[in-house]
Amino acid sequence: MPAIPFKAEVHGTPELATIELHGDVNAAAEAALAAAYREVAALGASAIVLDFSDTAYINSTGIALIVRLLADGRKDRREVRACGLSPHYVEIFQITRLSDYMRIFDDQASATAAGVVVTAGGER
Amino acid sequence: MAFIDAIKRTVGRGATPDAPDRGASAPAMSVHAPAPAAIPTATGPAIEIAPNDSLFAYLQSASGVVDAERLELDSPALGELRAAGIRLVVPLVAQGELIGALYLGPRLSDQDYSTDDRRLLTTLAAQAAPAIRVAQLVREQAVEIQARERLEQEMRVATLIQQQFLPRELPQLPDWQVAAYYGPARAVGGDFYDFIALPDGRIGIVVGDVTDKGVPAALIMARTQSVLRGEAPRVGSPAAVLERANEILLPEMPARMFVTCLYMVLEPETGKVVYANAGHNLPYVRTAGGVIELRATGMPLGLLPGMDYPEHEAVLAPGESVLLYSDGLVEAHDRAGDMFGFPRLRELMATELPSTELLDHLLDELHGFVGKGWDQEDDITLVALQRTGGFGMTVGEVPAQTASATSVATSPAARPGGRVLLRASLPGEQGNERVAMDQVAAAVAELGIAPDRVERLKTAVSEAAMNAIEYGSQNDPTIPVDIAVDVEGDDLVVRITDRGLSGPIGSAEEPDLEKKLAGDQKPRGWGLFLIKHMVDAMEVTPHGTGQTVALTLHLEGAGDASHPVQG
Repeated sequence: MPAIPFKAEVHGTPELATIELHGDVNAAAEAALAAAYREVAALGASAIVLDFSDTAYINSTGIALIVRLLADGRKDRREVRACGLSPHYVEIFQITRLSDYMRIFDDQASATAAGVVVTAGGER
Repeated sequence: MAFIDAIKRTVGRGATPDAPDRGASAPAMSVHAPAPAAIPTATGPAIEIAPNDSLFAYLQSASGVVDAERLELDSPALGELRAAGIRLVVPLVAQGELIGALYLGPRLSDQDYSTDDRRLLTTLAAQAAPAIRVAQLVREQAVEIQARERLEQEMRVATLIQQQFLPRELPQLPDWQVAAYYGPARAVGGDFYDFIALPDGRIGIVVGDVTDKGVPAALIMARTQSVLRGEAPRVGSPAAVLERANEILLPEMPARMFVTCLYMVLEPETGKVVYANAGHNLPYVRTAGGVIELRATGMPLGLLPGMDYPEHEAVLAPGESVLLYSDGLVEAHDRAGDMFGFPRLRELMATELPSTELLDHLLDELHGFVGKGWDQEDDITLVALQRTGGFGMTVGEVPAQTASATSVATSPAARPGGRVLLRASLPGEQGNERVAMDQVAAAVAELGIAPDRVERLKTAVSEAAMNAIEYGSQNDPTIPVDIAVDVEGDDLVVRITDRGLSGPIGSAEEPDLEKKLAGDQKPRGWGLFLIKHMVDAMEVTPHGTGQTVALTLHLEGAGDASHPVQG
């Protein structure tokens, strides 16, 4: 299967924004993901849901991009959640311990319905 | 173009403030030299100023606001503007180029425009013009980028289509080793090779080269290969096949294009080859007594009608090898302009190597000769056959290429008792880690490994291939990464071999997410960590020209989806 170009779409409100990730999350996704985070920051959302439903491939560089986004979120006191991950990538989020720092949901509906985790001082 | 839009909105309201610095109710326009300009107006159709209209030149050199009513010029556009009620024209000039203009009708107060008004408009134009020019350039660049991306996408599709023309698998011949390599100079190429199963059990072997390269050559390549595939089983003898192909292709061939082609028919049991040549390079044969050429002459296909192609025979004895090749290898140049050349190839051919390793050896020598950063001049195709005699070997299936990967090659032979599932060679460029991943997944499909374990293997392969491309090939597509997949006893072993330009990979710092989130470690550095967690064992073996990363998956219990992941 050829590489699928990455695209990130942002929806949301000042309370909660969703970044829908379409395509491969790899080095080529860097600019689009950073732009999506800036868009979320402009909305002022206090929580972000990363929706991976349309993502079949995440490599280690993609993991690094998610780490960076998570770091930005913690710095800005913005909770980051994930949903739509395949069982394989849920496992990778567990192995890398990303799942210790971001709640993982089955789908966007449950991720957006969940209550906000109050953050303070960059801590969880 | 936000600025112009803003002006239009002001005009559209039809009302403007009444202070001296506010005032016009006329439409705005933009002119973009040298194309004729369309001027949207509130009262009539767009007014065009042609580049050869004297008003165009006047505005380009005007020093400020121009009074349309007092201007004395023989200009059709000026007449139209006056008819539309335009009083003032404010040229927008950036770097000496007229890129637009503001048009103002009478003031709403019916007073004349004041000196302050004119000064303000001049200042406004001086500041707006560069900004508008920048916006125009950005838009032009975006259009260019879109066009380029569309072209690149089309070429990616063309690459995929062409890869479907190449053999999906190498022939499995008892007592023969068969290897092939295909490396186009561009996304698509004019070289081709083929193995054609003939009705009597013999194998037709074709290597060809279309003049030129790129898309035109690829189209001719596809047609030629189609003709040969159709004619070879029906016609039989190499001479008759080439004669027939020449007659079919001649009326279809564009001017100044032709096809060189060597067609050989192999009788695997006896080693007998019958061959004819349409202007192609002569095959080399390594014998116990040295390297010889298989001589045969004939005109290239598609040049002249009624050509004869003399037929020749030879017998390959056990241990002997034959190499068919296109001129991309021998005509490659190093930085000093020296050619790789036939003598060098002949000398290398003398090296005693199984054909599976011969191609790797030739490509290593080529890359060493041309040096790093080589811009491949022509397509390269290599086909090697060795009669092993009694030794016997299963040659693996080569899945269809699925992305921008452009080469197919075989490399190390199966280990004793082992079974080859895949031999592939991919250009060392970003994105091919995904191709490697998909090829390995396709190759292991027959083993019935549990889907979750296949996913882990895919991630490990992708990461190892990415390391090989980034650190071994240093993202240079001319420096390939080799993939070998074997079943060895109860293990599945995937070996990813690079040319190690940056030396062996070290023991990477264990990634610590807490530190990464705190900024004490870089966000990257997960590759080796993931590999170790995804497979049952990982081993890195340096070799002379790089290193091999071996990923092992124990097949025992492969169907058990709950097979534990090693931590």
